[in-house]
Amino acid sequence: MSSRRLQLTSRLDWVTLLTVAFLVVLGWLNIVSATAEAEVVWDLGGKAGKQLIWMGVCSILMVGLLAIEGEFYIRTSVIHYLVVLALLAAVLVIGKKVGGARSWFGVGSFGIQPSEFAKTATALMVAWFLSRDGRPWRTLATRLQSMALIAVPAGLILLQPDAGTVLVFGGFVFVLYREGLSGNVLLLGVTALVLAVLTILLGASESWYPFVGTSSGFWWFLVALGVLGLGALLLTRAATLPRFRKQTTIWGSILLVGSMLFSTGLHLGMEHILQRHQRERIHVLFGIDVDNPDADYNIRHAKAAIGSGGWAGKGWAQGPMTAYGFVPEQETDFIFCTVGEEWGFLGSAGVVLLFVFLILRVLHLAERQRSQFTRIYAYAVASILFMHFLVNVGMVIGLAPVIGIPLPFFSYGGSSLMGFTLLLGILLRLDAERFFVLR
Amino acid sequence: MELNRTELAARQRIVGAIVLGVGLVFVFRLFQMQVTTDEWKNRAERLTEEQEVLHPSRGLCLDRHGELLVTNAPSYDLMVVPRFMAEVDTSALAALLGLEREDLDTRLSKARRYSRYKASPLLRQLNAEEYAKLSPELWRYPGLSIRTKPVRQNVHGVASQIVGEYREVDREDMNRDSRYRLGDYKGKSGIESQFELELRGTPGIRHHLVDVRNNVRNTLTELDSLPVSGNDVTLTLDLELQQYAEALMRGKRGAVVAIEPATGEILAFVSAPSYDGNLLTGTSRGAAYDSLSKHPWKPLYNRAVRGTYRPGSIFKMVQGLVAMQEGVISERTHIVCNRDIIGCHGAHTQDDLRRAIVHSCNPYFYDVMRRGVSRHPDLDKFDNARLGLGWWTERIKDFGLGTTLGGHIPGTRPGLVPDTTYYDNIYGKRHWTYRTIYSISIGEGELLATPLHMANLAAIMANRGWYMEPHLVRDIGGKGKPDALQQRQEVGVDAEHFEPILDAMQLVIEDRTGTGRKAYTRGITTCGKTGTVQNRNKADHSVFMALAPRENPRIALSVYVENAGAGGDWAAPIAGLLVEKYIHGEVASSEREARILDATYPLDPEFAETDMPVPPTNPTPAP
Ligand SMILES: [Zn+2]
Repeated sequence: MSSRRLQLTSRLDWVTLLTVAFLVVLGWLNIVSATAEAEVVWDLGGKAGKQLIWMGVCSILMVGLLAIEGEFYIRTSVIHYLVVLALLAAVLVIGKKVGGARSWFGVGSFGIQPSEFAKTATALMVAWFLSRDGRPWRTLATRLQSMALIAVPAGLILLQPDAGTVLVFGGFVFVLYREGLSGNVLLLGVTALVLAVLTILLGASESWYPFVGTSSGFWWFLVALGVLGLGALLLTRAATLPRFRKQTTIWGSILLVGSMLFSTGLHLGMEHILQRHQRERIHVLFGIDVDNPDADYNIRHAKAAIGSGGWAGKGWAQGPMTAYGFVPEQETDFIFCTVGEEWGFLGSAGVVLLFVFLILRVLHLAERQRSQFTRIYAYAVASILFMHFLVNVGMVIGLAPVIGIPLPFFSYGGSSLMGFTLLLGILLRLDAERFFVLR
Repeated sequence: MELNRTELAARQRIVGAIVLGVGLVFVFRLFQMQVTTDEWKNRAERLTEEQEVLHPSRGLCLDRHGELLVTNAPSYDLMVVPRFMAEVDTSALAALLGLEREDLDTRLSKARRYSRYKASPLLRQLNAEEYAKLSPELWRYPGLSIRTKPVRQNVHGVASQIVGEYREVDREDMNRDSRYRLGDYKGKSGIESQFELELRGTPGIRHHLVDVRNNVRNTLTELDSLPVSGNDVTLTLDLELQQYAEALMRGKRGAVVAIEPATGEILAFVSAPSYDGNLLTGTSRGAAYDSLSKHPWKPLYNRAVRGTYRPGSIFKMVQGLVAMQEGVISERTHIVCNRDIIGCHGAHTQDDLRRAIVHSCNPYFYDVMRRGVSRHPDLDKFDNARLGLGWWTERIKDFGLGTTLGGHIPGTRPGLVPDTTYYDNIYGKRHWTYRTIYSISIGEGELLATPLHMANLAAIMANRGWYMEPHLVRDIGGKGKPDALQQRQEVGVDAEHFEPILDAMQLVIEDRTGTGRKAYTRGITTCGKTGTVQNRNKADHSVFMALAPRENPRIALSVYVENAGAGGDWAAPIAGLLVEKYIHGEVASSEREARILDATYPLDPEFAETDMPVPPTNPTPAP
């Protein structure tokens, strides 16, 4: 099958690979700083040293992944998926309990987290399922089945419990959207999410009102929502053809009133139904300052670390917040704090843009595929990366709930690095075969 | 709704736009956090930079000759950072610290309320011995550390009432002066409190970078400043005299105030029973304070400036002086001892002023004051009494009586010299005559004065007509004393009128029948006057005031011994011993001294049954 022999080095998407390699190196530098082991980098017992070992292992893994024919991944998708499901079930029983969640298999001093591999396996499975014989999205059965394929591993992970990873599985909605899921569902979900976040954030703030004095900032938000919504509705109505106007008005009004009722209900529920400590917990989740100094200790320190970086940061291994251990889990989930403190705005914005570039690049790879399998898989990879990026960075800069989840290719951790290597390696191999494979 | 391939492919742009949008929001947020505001930067600085206060050494207290009275000694505070105490075996720790488990828990939760991340004191003022026992075990407890802090040490354990307490600030102190932080100490009473601003000095600051465990990781030197020691305070006290006075008053209740007449400087200032102020520091403070505050003799009550007694016979000399100055009598005026209206004692019938003072003749001074307040034959007895008392009150107040003499000494009471308003309030206007108020003519009735007033009176006699405000501080940090303390206060009586009074006071001690013979000291011309304050159902207070030597007097003093009987029995010999000690530097007769040193209640045999001695005042002194 000489026609299928691949000129790997010329077909490989070096842009993506180098971007990722760059992220890994940057991440490692920050891990060195965060673990305050600058002097003993080569001590392989330390975290920076361990990460170095993992980087070596993953480089070999990447070469191996690229060497395997894409057909293999496609054919073994189901097997991967079933093995991962079995592992996820097993870890619930025999896993090590770390930080309240049973998500690890202990192997000596190293640990393996099956949920890191579940993402790849699910991506393969969904790609395989939706691409079989040009399976039409239009049947209800297909839609429900594909959702179930995502929901089963997500459900098992929820049992660990590991909310962060479950959230990542939520990213598959982009994959389904690309394959035909109604945009309205996505829009409605995003709208509800945005409304909920704004309601909670503004509801906790204080604002001044004529005749009333100081009260919750939510009511200004509600007024703004009403006015802007009404304006948008009228504009839309004016722009639509006369025969659709009635329909537009009805649906638009329902959407606007529904949004306002949803926000008001959420706000009143927060204020009057929840207990003080429950409300506080939600506020902490959203990075709102609460009076209780212990409640949001982690996120306040994280924000202080990033904010203190200024334009250009304090220099590598020079940040006192990082060096003196103020930021919790600063080599894993909070690694971005070290970037912010030591590399400043230039460095941290650079890392953000690097991730944006990586994700857009993967989306670009997706759209250049002739193979439906590869396209769907690439979308899954982009979605998974995006969700990690969104939740992790959003959390440390106080824009997303505090949910522990690693920053891809950046955070310390072998399972995480290996999982993302798998995810990406398979994609790069499939992409390299894009010209002569039509599946 | 069915979508074709192109439409679906366009969805790439929507997904891409979401990714890009999120990225831009993040960049914007980072810009806001890192570039546009210092809020987070300041927060990080608050967390990582700690300002260590370098405590200045507190000014010392010296006596008039530069002898050390109060100095600084090291003590150790055990500090706790509650965050690191979560997994500590508290019962083992309680045993190590010698605390009850509940007590330790209370202290820990108090520290936790202050701050979970910052150190606060768990046990205060451990001495070197307690510290030595504790320090080898400390490594077991990551949240515990030791802070060295100087405490005050009263070198000789004297004048504790004057020196006052130096102890931890309370919430109110911290609100009033932001310099004080939790765990800081300040003077809370006496000289320590009065001269707190001088004594405390200026603290220095050292800036540190700390880690999350509050360990110092680095230092920033450019902002540091060094502490400036507090100013020393030189007291007017004479250490030897003070020690001797406290020794003589041991086992008794009362007060001694000795003044240098020329300057108004207080040489000795005793409120008996006295106590060792060192007991009120460190871990023993609670128990010691409790025992002092509950003691029936009230050792914490400063009798020298707060004890108000009727001046009694001693007051008669003031009456004599005022009357002579007003021309009501002369030194040669004889008055019949008419005992119909007011009693008298001793065999005499018609004395002149000198004899009347020596005999303490009540009818004599009754009549002296009657003459003074009835000088208007055209007016009735009510108006005469009112007008007479009017000028009389003013005259008496010139002697410092009824005023907060030495008002800068904390707790000073003015005593009482009644004026017309006072009697108007009691009896109503024009409802009182001299017959109503005559008991004040012999120093009884409503009159009240403190031992300090009486010592000042002795100084006035010594100076023949003036005094300087009695005071305790000679110098603060080399700046000398305020001008206000160096002003002569004239009492408005000519110097010549003092000679007959001093003759009488000399006779009180030197005459064969004098009441103050026990104050006699060979080689020193001492002038004195006994006083006896009567008490219902209890022995009289024994009072003596004296000055010596008569020419160029160097010491003027008053001695009060409560419930000890006649003035001559106990107060006079104590005054005599103090005069001898101060002027000769030593006491010749150890027999005379021993009688006083060993004495305790009952000092008046007549009241042997009601006035039993009370066990030693001082709580068991530390070895
Ligand atoms: Zn008489």
